[in-house]
Amino acid sequence: MEFEDLYQEIILDHYKHPRNAGEIKRECTSVEHENPVCGDHIKLMVVIDDDGIVQDVKFIGTGCAISMASASMMTEQVIGKSKTEAMKIIREFVEVMRGDESPDALDEHGDLTALKGVVKFPVRVKCATLAWHAMKNALNT
Amino acid sequence: MSEAQFQIKNKNILRNLDPYKLRQDFPLISKKLEGKKYNSNNGHLVYLDNAATTQKPNAVIRALMNYYENDNANVHRALYELGDRATQKYEESRKTVAQFINAKHAREIVFTRGATEAINLVASAWGRKHLQAGDEIILTEMEHHSNLIPWQLLAKEKKLTLRFIPFLNNGTLNFSRVKSLFNERTRLVAMTHMSNVFGTINPVRGLIRMAHSRCIPVLLDGAQSVPHIPVDVQYLDCDFLAFSGHKMCGPTGIGVLYGKQEYLDAMDPYQGGGDMISSVWLEKATWNEIPYKFEAGTPNIAGAIGLAAAIRYINEIGMEKITRYEQALTTYAILEMNKLPGIRFYGIAPERGGVISFSLDNIHPHDMAQFLDSQGIAVRAGHHCAQPIMRKLEIPATTRASLYFYNTFEEIDLLVAALKKAKEFFN
Ligand SMILES: Cc1ncc(COP(=O)(O)O)c(C=O)c1O
Repeated sequence: MEFEDLYQEIILDHYKHPRNAGEIKRECTSVEHENPVCGDHIKLMVVIDDDGIVQDVKFIGTGCAISMASASMMTEQVIGKSKTEAMKIIREFVEVMRGDESPDALDEHGDLTALKGVVKFPVRVKCATLAWHAMKNALNT
Repeated sequence: MSEAQFQIKNKNILRNLDPYKLRQDFPLISKKLEGKKYNSNNGHLVYLDNAATTQKPNAVIRALMNYYENDNANVHRALYELGDRATQKYEESRKTVAQFINAKHAREIVFTRGATEAINLVASAWGRKHLQAGDEIILTEMEHHSNLIPWQLLAKEKKLTLRFIPFLNNGTLNFSRVKSLFNERTRLVAMTHMSNVFGTINPVRGLIRMAHSRCIPVLLDGAQSVPHIPVDVQYLDCDFLAFSGHKMCGPTGIGVLYGKQEYLDAMDPYQGGGDMISSVWLEKATWNEIPYKFEAGTPNIAGAIGLAAAIRYINEIGMEKITRYEQALTTYAILEMNKLPGIRFYGIAPERGGVISFSLDNIHPHDMAQFLDSQGIAVRAGHHCAQPIMRKLEIPATTRASLYFYNTFEEIDLLVAALKKAKEFFN
């Protein structure tokens, strides 16, 4: 398996210039998620408006390029979506990572397609899904 | 030492131990591999994860094959020639191990699955019998989980207190704190001889004396020390020593518990089954003598024979030569890596083995290990089964390069070159 499949340009770009990194100062839902095996850690802050639309998401975290790039991409995917739509994309992404769904399903979701390669690196799947599990928890609270 | 002096010293060391020649004994690292990532090393894997497990020489692989092809039978029960031969080889292996660590008697050697099982055996068979609520065990903060969790389990069951010798920033133990950890309830000291994260070789002999002056036995986790430095249980005077075959050229699934006869005699069995009994009635049984009391069921006969082959192989090279060569290689690696801006080492003890934990800039260890893999270099990234160390250092993980006698100075240069490339890639 090629290294380049995993560390694509888009991923490095999200890693070096994460979108929606930082903190939300106003009232918001805040969740933390950890992968003890890697020591990866993420804190998500989420604002959902009265209509159930994800208004804003920001994150602070420590982790590898895959987990941080995936977090950055996740925020871009869910902002502006309804809770139900956000849940759907989270479920789909996690299923792809688990191998229950074809990686090609990610092609429709912009930058996410760059994470297809992760599926071939089973030990890295946990890194890629960290932020997504955190977001699921945030939506469920 | 100046660079020039260092090079001269290295040449002298190479004269004593030729890693290029020894590598030929190891099929996995001497064969040519497909893939452009191996190009920089003439098609060979640069294997630097020896603290996890080492590669296996032909001598060991052949010993396993030979056993299965010519000597396979169950031990200690067959009354035919083949069975005798298997038993004889298995027991000869025990003697080989005993001599290797200079045990007084072969019966002080118990074959286990590995260091982990050896430690669990002591926790179970010695700890359950001899420890009571309120008793205390002294460990260190730098233990591998396998010398921590068995004691946590026992402590929970028996309501024991665990105390920990702290480590300092440089990866050595803080001895100024040791004395205060002992008290009249201390019953055991269990500690690693060599850290699998820092590479530190702990000055265990002094600690053992200190414990013995209070009549407290000491268990050493030798998983990292026994493969790399001469370990003499009579000289150290440890009461238990645990180690694994697979980290010293041997097969997986075989390891050793050394225990002084008086301790092994005074222990209950570990598991029940065949071979560990003397007489059995429907309601009760009496135990076989040591070491068989602790070897219930059909043992890993091939594994023991393979381990003995590994020991003979190591003896042929000479353990002192191995230690000296590895120390020169480690010094060279640290000097070269230290030239990289942004490098940070975890563990800089003066007395150390070839385990080098580091980070570079803020490249995450997982990214680093994956990048090095793309350059044909196998290292480890993670917490190395020592999460409490990572917590204390407040880092998620480290990258770890760990060496063995078959690694070369050239491979260190390849590692350093790859680290430079990683810096460019991730920054
Ligand atoms: C210091 C130390 N102790 C114990 C162990 C456990 O060895 P094994 O997994 O072979 O039982 C290891 C191996 O990772 C180790 O490095």
